[in-house]
Amino acid sequence: MAFLEINGIYKSFGKTEVLKGISFGMEKGEVLAIIGSSGSGKTTLLRCLNFLETPDAGSISVGGETLFDSLSPSASDSEIRLKRLHFGLVFQSFNLFPQYTVLKNVSLAPELLHTKGKKLSKEEKSRILCEIDANSRALLSTVGLSEKMYSYPCELSGGQQQRVAIARALALSPDILCFDEPTSALDPELTGEVLRVIRELKTSDRTMIVVTHEMNFARGVADKVIFMADGVIEEYGTPDEVFGNPKSEKTRSFLEKSLENP
Amino acid sequence: MSFLEVTLQLADGFMTTLLIFAITLVGAIPLGLLITLGSMSKVPPVKWIFKTFVWIIRGTPLMLQIILVFYGPGLLFGAKALPRLIAVIIAFIINYACYFSEIYRGGIESIPKGQYEAGQVLGMTKTQIFFKVVLFQVIKRIVPPMGNEIITLVKDPSLARVLSVIELVQAAETIVSLKSLIWPLFYVGAFYLLFSGLLTLLLNYAEKKLNYYQG
Ligand SMILES: Nc1ncnc2c1ncn2[C@@H]1O[C@H](COP(=O)(O)OP(=O)(O)OP(=O)(O)O)[C@@H](O)[C@H]1O
Ligand SMILES: [Mg+2]
Repeated sequence: MAFLEINGIYKSFGKTEVLKGISFGMEKGEVLAIIGSSGSGKTTLLRCLNFLETPDAGSISVGGETLFDSLSPSASDSEIRLKRLHFGLVFQSFNLFPQYTVLKNVSLAPELLHTKGKKLSKEEKSRILCEIDANSRALLSTVGLSEKMYSYPCELSGGQQQRVAIARALALSPDILCFDEPTSALDPELTGEVLRVIRELKTSDRTMIVVTHEMNFARGVADKVIFMADGVIEEYGTPDEVFGNPKSEKTRSFLEKSLENP
Repeated sequence: MSFLEVTLQLADGFMTTLLIFAITLVGAIPLGLLITLGSMSKVPPVKWIFKTFVWIIRGTPLMLQIILVFYGPGLLFGAKALPRLIAVIIAFIINYACYFSEIYRGGIESIPKGQYEAGQVLGMTKTQIFFKVVLFQVIKRIVPPMGNEIITLVKDPSLARVLSVIELVQAAETIVSLKSLIWPLFYVGAFYLLFSGLLTLLLNYAEKKLNYYQG
């Protein structure tokens, strides 16, 4: 059984069927790139994995633990909260918390998660907060933003903001980190720095799913590539297979188009 | 009449104005929050009841509402009339709570969905998202419109005269008509300017404090 198992995910909004039976597996440490034209359901898939949408049918499991199964009774809010911690999500539009410093953006969620609603002695609490602080600083240095720790998001460039968002998502050590077009809101000259950070995370053995329109990045960094079209997986394989020798006509024409206007 | 005598006579009126101002503020700020919760309710009937209520209150003159609160209970249910000042204050609190509730609602709805989703994805509870992520941003956004309402609230207590409650303007008018003096009117005007001027400074200060980030 693969580390991440996704089986038969269906999702409709009203009458529009967006996902029509998505199934795939991923091994630990793998990087999966998802490509596909606009409206094919890539964002919806990531949102299902992160429990922002509830699939109509299908199941999701990580490391043998079933996190979602449309056949079993629906989980409570607090169960969902624990389950979604297996996944992290970096949004296209960053969604940083504007009122907090960069450092606080990263440390807020772990602080709430590890200290709220728990009976802790003063010493334990301050030890935990210390650890979180050290870890947050370390993550910011990983994404190259040690100098901006005390800045506010509005004082940063888009690329820097997205790197903060990546550090923030990493702070909860998710099993699988998802990126939804992490560079599409950025000017071309800023995409490089964000892609570099993602590429560096790969060497540290993290499991990642990256929805992207950056074909070179998908080709160079991903272990597996999924091409989605109209809510189904049209093609799945290694980058060489999908980019070098696409089996499906749809994949071929999509790749041709994205080469014309990258 | 000397300056001192006029001042003493106006002092009562001023206290009444100040009282209406302060109690309305203290009452309407939390009541407005309740109305916001009602008008944003996911249960349609609750939502529509609150929305209709807000529409009625905002769509009719405050003066009419004051009169209704005073005479209504007696004429409709044979109840004993409320003391006049209390009736005025009740009408004020309800009226201002409705305006505040719309400002709160606007503030809450102006927070992008992505803020909630970012909190959710980071494993926060709904309460944590509201208090740690959303609330501060809402406060920052509502301070300017709330400031407008609060400045209006400085001047609105003059409506209390419709129930012959002696507030500042009524007190001044009495002097003007009885003693044929005009300057007490300017005196009262200066009073209002000072009062709203101080509030403006305070509100500007709060706005500036909250402006340490953009957005
Ligand atoms: N909340 C929603 N309500 C109704 N329809 C939705 C909703 N979310 C997505 N859709 C629809 O689902 C389809 C797929 O959307 P999705 O955002 O998953 O596509 P995508 O592959 O991420 O596209 P893009 O590359 O433009 O980001 C679209 O037709 C969209 O209009
Ligand atoms: Mg998308």
